Amino acid sequence: MSKTGIIIKREYASRVRKRSFIVMTILGPLLLAALFVAPAIIAQISEEDYQVAIVDDSGLFYDRFKDANNVRFTHLPVGIDFALEQMKENRFDAVLHIPETAFQAPSTLRLFSEKAANLNAKLYIENVLKHEFESLKMSAAGIDKEVLRAIETPISIHAVRILDDGLEQADYPEVTMGLGLVSGILIYIFIFLFGSQVLRGVLEEKSSRIVEIIVSSVKPFQLMAGKIIGIGLVGLTQFLIWIILTFSIIGVTQAAFPELFRFTPDEQVYITSSQMLNPEDLKQQMETIQQFDTTAGRILEGLSAINFPVMILSFIFYFLGGYLLYSSLFAAIGAAVDNEADTQQFMLPVTIPLLFALIMGQMVINNPSGDMAFWLSMIPLTSPVIMMVRIPFGVPYFDLFLSAGLLILGFMFTTWLAAKIYRTGILMHGKKITYSVIWKWIKQ
Amino acid sequence: MTLLLRSENITKNYTNHCALDNVSIEVSEQSIYGLLGPNGAGKTTLIRIINQIISPDQGHLFFRDQALNPAHVHKIGYLPEERGLYKKMKVGEQAIYLAQLKGLKRQQARKLLKGWFDKFDLLPWWDKKVEELSKGMQQKVQFIITVLHQPELLIFDEPFSGFDPINVNLLKQEILRLRNEGATIIFSTHNMGSVEELCDHIALIDKSKKILDGNVRQVKKDHATHIFQLEMEGLKKPLENILDKPFEIIKTWKHNGHTMARVKVNAPATSNDLVKKVLDHSHLVAFSELTPTMNDIFIKNVTGKYPMETHDANHRINPEELPLEQ
Repeated sequence: MSKTGIIIKREYASRVRKRSFIVMTILGPLLLAALFVAPAIIAQISEEDYQVAIVDDSGLFYDRFKDANNVRFTHLPVGIDFALEQMKENRFDAVLHIPETAFQAPSTLRLFSEKAANLNAKLYIENVLKHEFESLKMSAAGIDKEVLRAIETPISIHAVRILDDGLEQADYPEVTMGLGLVSGILIYIFIFLFGSQVLRGVLEEKSSRIVEIIVSSVKPFQLMAGKIIGIGLVGLTQFLIWIILTFSIIGVTQAAFPELFRFTPDEQVYITSSQMLNPEDLKQQMETIQQFDTTAGRILEGLSAINFPVMILSFIFYFLGGYLLYSSLFAAIGAAVDNEADTQQFMLPVTIPLLFALIMGQMVINNPSGDMAFWLSMIPLTSPVIMMVRIPFGVPYFDLFLSAGLLILGFMFTTWLAAKIYRTGILMHGKKITYSVIWKWIKQ
Repeated sequence: MTLLLRSENITKNYTNHCALDNVSIEVSEQSIYGLLGPNGAGKTTLIRIINQIISPDQGHLFFRDQALNPAHVHKIGYLPEERGLYKKMKVGEQAIYLAQLKGLKRQQARKLLKGWFDKFDLLPWWDKKVEELSKGMQQKVQFIITVLHQPELLIFDEPFSGFDPINVNLLKQEILRLRNEGATIIFSTHNMGSVEELCDHIALIDKSKKILDGNVRQVKKDHATHIFQLEMEGLKKPLENILDKPFEIIKTWKHNGHTMARVKVNAPATSNDLVKKVLDHSHLVAFSELTPTMNDIFIKNVTGKYPMETHDANHRINPEELPLEQ
């Protein structure tokens, strides 16, 4: 085994055996899987019914409330006082009181509840009553019921993206935005986490003076490269375990609770011409579609539409590229200073671009193919984070390859720079290090 | 005697100062070579250049007449002055790791290490973390790592700092044994008294220049002080009136009622002439030549004068009484 290989092996082995690594490796997938499973569970939890008792003194509306959106209605042909008693005994979450004069004076409508009223239920009830009041008023004005039905048209826009190859694909902006942001943050955390491990490792070797022993056997560059590669492999291992475990957890959850993951059936061709369908059928179809149109449903649906292999491969590439770029700078800092306290002044200029990328990522997400997004995903210092934000939205191959190429050039440059600082700094003790001192090392 | 290592006109400049100025040394095979000089003289720079950690601006190095190259790294064992170990790593594992970096195979390293650990009473610590070891034990581990791969050339930079006297002796014996078994050794130290008795050859380095080198016995001979210390009882008249031209009185003082004097004997007079002169006027109690230590020789070469020529009467009388630290 080459000497760099021996160093890589030590750096790798000593880290993957640490308790913190094992804990992170287990916690990470649980958190990630939670991100995927949570919407399904939330969808399930919100299906816990909200029981509403209807006391309809007018007798006009009690049969108009259909159980929907997890709100269950029960008609209580009793007095309001008795109904409120029932609610206190926890039979119902809320009591809707429609007084006799409700039609004439809608402001007398009351929704009683012990806890704060469920907003969804309130909105739904308001919606139904508004609808019924209007119908009643229209009927009173002599407008035909059939005509009324035909007028009703629920609207829900499905965004469709035209891909390069002309295919159409359903677009889920909320999901792509979320995923972009999550991967951007994740790559930031990964680069920062493992980059600062490099810094601490180099600093440890320098301040414990073991480096004096090691550099008599290997070149400083080999030691630096071995450390960077070893820790990078630790990061990669962690990421791959995360991915495998995350998908296993999701897979197992999916197999165990298939009802949690009801996706919309394949995109159907529907509503080509509303005139062709009679109003009754149309309404029926709309309701079927709307059944899946909850937020959770859309997230599940959107996630299933993401190209995960591409996401994962780009993550690995941009993690490695960004990590190599930043960690060599971190290694240079670790070699230049004498102790952890001195790292601050040099850490700042290195972490600012990374932090800047993270902040800009939130703007890029609103316009993932704009000029700013393009340039920030070309500059190697920001491209790992920004590209990960952009990729879920789809990035032209030209952008992708140019950005990847520039990132490779970028880390080759920082490694070259870092090696110059490292080889001088690692053996330098007790000297006040300033930027001008470092500049002299680079020029040497 | 064949040369193991030769440096020719090594010069190394840092941005603001010159660390080595045209330094040439020759280290014979199976000898102990002392690289002596105060802190900051350039010793460590020279050693780092020999270890190929840094490269010289000018000059050449030869290892057995071959230009020094990376392949020679495995033939050199280096114990740096500032040395440390990974604190959180287990002792045995760490020793194997460092041995592997010196080119040993894992199994071979383990076998050799077990032998050395046994010899240095370190075996029970094999699976302990380094931070649990005392400083002295860590130093022993570092020593073992330095010599484990049986290098032809061993370089020790301030090897005895941090060791207690018992371990210093243990180490000295090991070093002599290694030399007798064929190794060549370079010592670098500012504490010249500590290695004087070990070295065959020395080079004195001051302010980045080599100011003197040679065989230890020869150097000492060349640097005879010709200063003698006398202790006399019942001196009848002042010493100034007894001793004339070739004798130079440096100092006289009283000690327990005896007259003490330090006298430099200039050629062509000899120590015998001095004794004869004094005997006529007093009872001579003690008479000795002040032999210079390596430290004295160093000071003489830097300042032009021996310390015993300049220091006051309290300056030590017997070089053996010199404290080890300056």
